[in-house]
Amino acid sequence: MERKITLPITRETARTIKSGESCLLSGVIYTARDAAHKRLVELVEKGKKLPFEIKDATIYYVGPTPAKPGQVIGSAGPTTSYRMDAYSPILIREGETGMIGKGKRSAEVVAAMKEYGAVYFAAIGGAGALLSSCIKSAEIVCYEDLGAEAVRRLVVEDLPVVAVIDSEGNNLYEKGRAEYLKTI
Amino acid sequence: MREINANLITETVAKLCIEANCVLPCDIKARIEEARKAEPWPTAQGILDKIIENYGIAERNTVPICQDTGVCCVFLKIGQEVHITGDINEAVNEGVRRGYGEGYLRKSVVKDPLRRVNTGDNTPAMLYEEIFPGDKLEITVAPKGFGSENMSRIAMLKPSDGIEGVKAFILKTVEEAGPNPCPPVVVGVGIGGTFDKAAYLAKKALMRRTDEPNADPFYAELEAEMLGKINSLGIGPQGFGGKTTALAVNIEWMPTHIAGLPVAVNINCHVTRHKTVTL
Repeated sequence: MERKITLPITRETARTIKSGESCLLSGVIYTARDAAHKRLVELVEKGKKLPFEIKDATIYYVGPTPAKPGQVIGSAGPTTSYRMDAYSPILIREGETGMIGKGKRSAEVVAAMKEYGAVYFAAIGGAGALLSSCIKSAEIVCYEDLGAEAVRRLVVEDLPVVAVIDSEGNNLYEKGRAEYLKTI
Repeated sequence: MREINANLITETVAKLCIEANCVLPCDIKARIEEARKAEPWPTAQGILDKIIENYGIAERNTVPICQDTGVCCVFLKIGQEVHITGDINEAVNEGVRRGYGEGYLRKSVVKDPLRRVNTGDNTPAMLYEEIFPGDKLEITVAPKGFGSENMSRIAMLKPSDGIEGVKAFILKTVEEAGPNPCPPVVVGVGIGGTFDKAAYLAKKALMRRTDEPNADPFYAELEAEMLGKINSLGIGPQGFGGKTTALAVNIEWMPTHIAGLPVAVNINCHVTRHKTVTL
């Protein structure tokens, strides 16, 4: 059974989402990959205001393909998350509560998630055509020069994700594999 | 001598870029559908269903299967009786430029690995050229995503490491990659040659159909054994656990030096894309 979650996710809500839960996200999310993360963190370090509200924000690690005529956005699946590991603890400290990507995270990211209350979701990697249909609007917020890597504000409806790492540090990548191996 | 105009190469490459990115090869679809039938783990079944749904949508709507439409690997098998009128390198790059533009594909190439400014048109292609007898030109376009490329590894093993060393290295590479390269994966392995040739063979192995085992029964057996071992790791689709970690293991090999045993493992995701045309 999937859990419906309306965005934004507060730190309190983040702490109720458990590793292994399948969720459908609806509301506003922002896109950013490594190049955008680097710029965002530079702003934080200089004490400047970020180009979008980071408090309770969910960031989707995606660089979509260009929209064809009549499309809101092109294919839009997740990119591998560990490239954001150097930056995520800072954004979590600043208020980010949700991350959507795929693949492993560092101990530093998990520590920040536990300390502040944040959740790491995975979307299905390589299913960009399917995920695109959950995106109802897309507009560039900043860093247009980065092309596919620009920061976009997306409105999503029932975006299917799985909570992989929760705010207690439980990890589906470890747990799911171990449970499957017990059955064979 | 047979003349082939460079414009024909451009048009062909442009078309192949779009087709390769939107239509998954039949053999890969067959592997995924077989894996779905054989998958006992419910979470994994659900993921494989979504993957099958996704490539159906992509094919019907001519949209990219994955947003990482890759760096464009182009393999040219050039007949030595062929004369190309025009600049072959520019012809291929112009094809990539057009295909990625007209096909609404993502431009994912930076001009310089350290200064990192996007070239804006997905050029240059990664070109692999081989010359053979004959008067044909075979073009394969293989968009390669970097989620899986980043999980690829090479090792200069010792001859004494032998086949067990090779098996252990392949397994370790897939195990360490875990969920990162979007499993279920296709594993390309290159054994022998030099440092660079082993890597090339691993990439080339990914171009071989997954229903065609290595022609040498010794290597065909090694492919089957490694597929079994990888699928006993339990990583499963997307790393959430399950039987289906890999769809195929393809091995290519060549002679090497008495002192060496190079092994390269090039991982590809379940969106293993390539399309070939012979002119």
